[in-house]
Amino acid sequence: MSRVSNEVIRLTDLHAFYGESHVLHGIDLDVHEGELVTLLGRNGAGRTTTLRAIVGLIGHRTGSIMIKGEETIKSPPHTIAHLGLGYCPEERGIFASLNVEENLMLPPQVGSKGMSVEEIYEMFPNLAERRKSQGTRLSGGEQQMLALARILRTGADILLLDEITEGLAPVIVDRLGEVLAELKARGFTVVLVEQNFHFARAIADRHFIIDQGHLAAVIAADEVEAKADVFDDFLSV
Amino acid sequence: MLADLLGIPPQLLFGQLLLGLISGAFYAVLSLGLAVIFGMLNIVNFAHGALYMLGAFASYFLLKILGINYWGALILAPIIVGAAGIVIERFLLRRLAGVDHLYGLLLTFGLALVIEGLFVKFFGASGLPYPTPEALKGGVNLGFMFVPWYRAWVVVAAVIVCVFTWWLFERTKVGAYLRAGTENPTLLQAFGVNVPLLTTLAYGYGVALAGLAGVLAAPITQVAPLMGSNLIITVFAVVVIGGMGSIMGAAVTGLAMGMIEGLTKVFWPEASATVIFVIMAIVLVIRPAGLFGRTA
Repeated sequence: MSRVSNEVIRLTDLHAFYGESHVLHGIDLDVHEGELVTLLGRNGAGRTTTLRAIVGLIGHRTGSIMIKGEETIKSPPHTIAHLGLGYCPEERGIFASLNVEENLMLPPQVGSKGMSVEEIYEMFPNLAERRKSQGTRLSGGEQQMLALARILRTGADILLLDEITEGLAPVIVDRLGEVLAELKARGFTVVLVEQNFHFARAIADRHFIIDQGHLAAVIAADEVEAKADVFDDFLSV
Repeated sequence: MLADLLGIPPQLLFGQLLLGLISGAFYAVLSLGLAVIFGMLNIVNFAHGALYMLGAFASYFLLKILGINYWGALILAPIIVGAAGIVIERFLLRRLAGVDHLYGLLLTFGLALVIEGLFVKFFGASGLPYPTPEALKGGVNLGFMFVPWYRAWVVVAAVIVCVFTWWLFERTKVGAYLRAGTENPTLLQAFGVNVPLLTTLAYGYGVALAGLAGVLAAPITQVAPLMGSNLIITVFAVVVIGGMGSIMGAAVTGLAMGMIEGLTKVFWPEASATVIFVIMAIVLVIRPAGLFGRTA
C-alpha cells in the first residue's frame, strides 16, 4: 500500500457542470508524487475541465478532490493553490498589463522549494532578455515559457499543464520536452493535458484517457505498444 | 502676450484657467476612484457622488462634534468613507458579481438616491459652512492674478493623490495584483491570490478617494447633501473620455478637462457647461475605448 501514501491527487466520482451542461460524469483517478501523467482525449472530452475543477475554477462540482490528503471540493479557489499547485491554462494567461518580470513574479509563493529567478532565467534565457517587455508582446513560444516559468518560481510541486505544446514550432516543442524531463528529474508531479501524443508518449509514466466526461482507460508507459488499439479508439478523429 | 493679442485681459484668462485647474483637480481625484472601481469590479459606481458628499459631511462632523480639524479630517474622513464602501461592497455589490453591469449601475444609483435623500431630510438641501484651515487662509499675488493658498493646495493635493495612485498601481506588487485582477480575476485566484478581498479593498480605496475629494471640497463649496450629484455627471464624462478603468487616463483627463472648461469660459462662456460632453461624444465616435483605454 505504499502507493497510497505518496498519492498527491485523488479524484473520486468527480462531476463538473458549466451552467446546465454536465461535463464530467464521475472521474476517478489518482496521481502519485513525482509522477508525470497525461490526460488524453478528443476536444471537448473533459480534460481541460478536469484540470480546471482541480484548481477550483469550476463553480459547480461534486465528488471529492483530495490534494496531498486534503479535501478541496468546497475550498475557495485561492486557497487550493497554496497546497502546492501550479496551473498553466490552455490560453497561457499571460497578463497584457504586466511586463515579463511582473508576470513572472505575480503568483504568490505556495511552497518553499521554488526556483530562484536566476535559475529560471538560466532555464529560459529568452525571458531574461525580454524582462521589461509587455507580457503579450512575446512570441507564442516565449509566452508558453513564461506561463511555465511563472509557476516554477512559486514553489508549487504539482504542475497542471494544459496543452502547452499547442500551436508551437517543433523546435520549441522539443525544448518544452527537455524542460519537462528536467522537472520530472527534480521530483515535480506533472499532470499534462496534451493533444500531441508523440510528445506525451516520450515523457509520461501513465496516460489517462478521458472520453465524454468519463475515464475510459488508464495505460502505463510500458503498455502503450500493446494497447495501441485503445489509443486509436479514443484519440482518432 | 497671446492673451493681449486676442483682446482678453490676462487676469480673466489666467483666473479662469486656475478655476479650471481646480475643477480639474476634483475631476481627477473622483474619476481616479471610478477608474479603480470599474477596473476591478466592472461596476459603474453611481454612488460615487454621494460618497464624495459623505467625505465632506464626515469632515464637518469631525470638526463640530469631535473638534478634529481639517488636517485630521483629511486622514480620517477618507478612512470613514472607505469603511462605508467596504460595507457596501461586502454586503451589496458582491451579490451582483457575475451578473450584467446594468445591475451594479442600478444598485449604486439607488444607493446614491437613498444616501442623498437621507441627508436632505436631516440637514436640508442648503449647505453647511466649513472653515478654510487657518494655515491656508489668504493667498499670493502673482502680479497678473491672485491665487488663494487653499485653492493652490487643492491642486497640489490632487496631483499628489494621482501620482501616489499611479505608483501604487504601476510599481507595487499590490498594483500588479490589481492590474492582473482587472484582466483575468479567475486565473489570478487560481494562482492563490484572495481576489474577493482584493476586490473589497479596491472598492474601499476607490471610494476613499471620493471621500478625500469631499474633504478637499468642503471649504470651497460648503457641505451640502447634493454637492456630488451634479459633479458626478461631469466626472462620468471624464472617465469615458479617459478610458474606463485607465488610471493614467483618469488623472490626466480630469485635469485637462478642467482646464478646457476654464478656457471655454473665457472664449465662449455659454458653451462651458457642455464642452466636456461634446468632447465625450467626439471621443466615443473616434476612439470608443477612450483616449487612454485599451481596445479589448
